[in-house]
Amino acid sequence: MNCIIIDDEATARLVVRQLCSKIPELDVIEEFDNAISAIKFLNQQNIDVIFLDIHMPGFSGVDFIQTLKNPPKVVMTTSDTDFAIAAYEYECIVDYLVKPITLERFEKSIEKIKNTYAKKPQAQEATQQNSSEGEDLYINIDRRLIKLKLNEILVIEAKGDYIDVKTEKEHHRVHTTLKKIKEKLPEKLFLQIHRSYIINFTKIIDIEDNSVLIAKNVVPISRSNRPELMRRLNLL
Amino acid sequence: MIEQPNLNYVDELAGDDIAFRNQFLDIIKNEFPLEKEEYYGHVKNTRVKETAEIVHKLKHKFNILGMENSYKLAVAYEMELLDGKHDSQSKFVEVLDTIEKYIKTI
Repeated sequence: MNCIIIDDEATARLVVRQLCSKIPELDVIEEFDNAISAIKFLNQQNIDVIFLDIHMPGFSGVDFIQTLKNPPKVVMTTSDTDFAIAAYEYECIVDYLVKPITLERFEKSIEKIKNTYAKKPQAQEATQQNSSEGEDLYINIDRRLIKLKLNEILVIEAKGDYIDVKTEKEHHRVHTTLKKIKEKLPEKLFLQIHRSYIINFTKIIDIEDNSVLIAKNVVPISRSNRPELMRRLNLL
Repeated sequence: MIEQPNLNYVDELAGDDIAFRNQFLDIIKNEFPLEKEEYYGHVKNTRVKETAEIVHKLKHKFNILGMENSYKLAVAYEMELLDGKHDSQSKFVEVLDTIEKYIKTI
């Protein structure tokens, strides 16, 4: 099994690497002192197991997991037992190791990983979503159905009981909710990045810390939606 | 009385692997003084969040050095800092001094 280690603490990475060296089936491919570098690596390489510290400055282990669409098996490594319950909310997390990690406990964790692979030979490929969805969306304005080309929509903004649909050419105000229109949009093109905003992901010009520029629209990114946005980016 | 640090955990993990042991010692000898300085810098400038972050980082070293009680003290201190208190500060500093002396002997 190929694995990577993510921990901002050098001594912690060294300890996990040493523990891995005791398991013949485990091959440590790389180690990272921050989650962002690991995301870039995972965009290019498939691995079987991640040993992941939860508490890292900036981008936590939980933020990191949320960025992974088809995450490999994850073993959390931390001293904060308070995080244990939250960690098990994610299906990819197979175990939770409290530091300092003993070899005996580490071996049990590896057994758990092997068992999960035995039960599920391979994670299913992501379901192809929205395959039946067309390229147009009809919106109802003053009893007229107006056709919008999906790839021309830039931003959709919630405005109370209405939404503003901004396209490359015009704006439309529609009496509906962001939640309802989101269900009609293909995920490969659109992404909700804030409670009040859905964006056409392909129209992004640039991204700053907390905002995205699409045409002339500066759209805020909420903290909870940021990991999904990061996951979608083809980071160099 | 502050408990004394030890390398029992590291030695157990190392077994005959001298390279691992040396690598661990190199890291701790290099990192600890820097992190201690960082801690004092944050305290001096009353950067509470940053102080809590470095306490969090330092407590892992207490853990690996077999200082269970000191680790618990650091956990409490980290929480205190986030609550705007620092009751455990002097004891925490004693732990830092104890480790500093110890790593000069290894």
